[in-house]
Amino acid sequence: MGNVIIICEHKNGELVKQGLSAVKAGIDVAKGTGGKSCILVMGSGMDSVKESASHYGTDMVLLVDDPALAGYTAEAYTIAAHEAIKSMQASLVLSTTSAFSKELLPRLAVRLKAGMVSDVLSISTDGGKASGFSRAMWAGSMVSDVSVDGEVIIATVRGTAFEHAPRVDTASEVKQVSVTINTQALRAKQLEVLEHKSTRPQLADAGIIVSGGRGLKGPDGFKIIEKLADLLGAAVGASRAAVDAGWVPNDLQVGQTGKIVAPGLYIAVGISGAIQHVAGMKDSKTIVAINKDPDAPIFQIADYGLVADFAKAVPELVEEIKKVK
Amino acid sequence: MKILVTIKRVSDPEAKLKIRPDGTGIQTEGVKFVVNPFDEIAVEEALRIKEKHTGEVVVVSIGDKVVTEQIRAALAMGVDRGIFVNYTGSYDSYDVAGILAKVVEQEQPDIIILGKQAVDDDMGQAGFMLAEMLGYPQAAFASKVEISDDKKTAKVTREIDGGLETKEVGLPCIITADLRLNTPRYASLPNIMKAKQKPVKEVTVDALGAVVKPHVTIKKLTEPPKRKGGVKVESVQDLVGKLKNEAKVL
Repeated sequence: MGNVIIICEHKNGELVKQGLSAVKAGIDVAKGTGGKSCILVMGSGMDSVKESASHYGTDMVLLVDDPALAGYTAEAYTIAAHEAIKSMQASLVLSTTSAFSKELLPRLAVRLKAGMVSDVLSISTDGGKASGFSRAMWAGSMVSDVSVDGEVIIATVRGTAFEHAPRVDTASEVKQVSVTINTQALRAKQLEVLEHKSTRPQLADAGIIVSGGRGLKGPDGFKIIEKLADLLGAAVGASRAAVDAGWVPNDLQVGQTGKIVAPGLYIAVGISGAIQHVAGMKDSKTIVAINKDPDAPIFQIADYGLVADFAKAVPELVEEIKKVK
Repeated sequence: MKILVTIKRVSDPEAKLKIRPDGTGIQTEGVKFVVNPFDEIAVEEALRIKEKHTGEVVVVSIGDKVVTEQIRAALAMGVDRGIFVNYTGSYDSYDVAGILAKVVEQEQPDIIILGKQAVDDDMGQAGFMLAEMLGYPQAAFASKVEISDDKKTAKVTREIDGGLETKEVGLPCIITADLRLNTPRYASLPNIMKAKQKPVKEVTVDALGAVVKPHVTIKKLTEPPKRKGGVKVESVQDLVGKLKNEAKVL
């Protein structure tokens, strides 16, 4: 009947939205096992994060606020997370799958001598503990049911597989934990973060995504689909081919090894539909494919397929949607 | 400089896979196996670092005898020698990191490069577990690596959510390779011939002193329900009509 710790990322003083999937998953597991749910947030200058984290319905919030955590490194955050968790009788440590959690939780697993499962789709509980997990393998062509031995289990959860925990009025109890971190000894330093600035929604949060692939033939092709995205208030995504070619920034890549998304509407333009791309978007509610090759595999999974040249079809689509909106 | 690269034998990402009758793995008969694509990028990066700073590149792979095919493939790219850890039991990422930690103790490399994930199980844990076991810093999801002139630090550009980060790590360190780090070279015919003569040392888990005790066990594999294709629409007007009236997403 151990407790569930949910490690949350934060940005601009608030919890990152996709992290709320793990919060929901964690609260549900704690209900199933009789343990307590607890958000862990770490950083430097954390007053508003503390406020944000305490309103998602967990039993507790653990807060580590230390100048040594000002610039993120997995090395320092591992130590902080371990210090915060070790007195908590945790049986499960969760976080939503992200660049942050993917490199942090395996280090933490070693500190806790715990087994880890990545990017889980579901968690079952039995006998007061998390007993089973399901997850995708081989680019989503198989789903595996796995068990994990040990007193503590570490898991990242796929953001699209769990609802977000809603914000609540009542505030959770906050416990501050102090840590001692010798940053010199870590031999690791964050030098710079270059954010890809965009006024469009993030892929992880978007209700509609317009994605482009090799068929767009270059950055100018993306300008055409961006007009459609802006009309729909959509995020822009890309296939690996388009990112590798340098037409769009790397963090727009949708697929097995990029971002995994499941919006209400996914419009794939000039994307052939390689298994690695499909693995990242096949759980979208409605899929539209626009491709001039009638045999492109993307049509096998699209709800609506249009065989057409995007350079003509997408501007037409923009005009037609304007008429009906 | 000595650079250690880990490589995993994985089923060809394009291969159609079938579940084994016992339900806990895939049928391997008739399936083509390759070096995990991210590990090929790791090998390429190691070779480039060696070409610039001189030194030695060593690859290690764990599994049964067949993984020596993938070791030879790396040797044919230009890697100097291989280590084959002969182990046929089941293991998880934690165990892999534990085995690799023992190899690192013996080899004492300056840099260890791994692929950011294996495309078969997509766990993506072993590199970071290894870093923590060794007490080394890590540069995850690297898209650019620069080694300092004094060979004491590496400046690494990393692909993170929403952009790029640059991180400085002291050597020895762990780097995991992302897609944009480089484009791996093809092995030339002379290098394929030369690779046959290069040394591959076989070791056992016991001889390394590693303990394998998996935490994570696959109980059952299933094929998820296939998404059914829908209809082809004739025109943009037709599409908009269906999106508005049928799917109700506009």
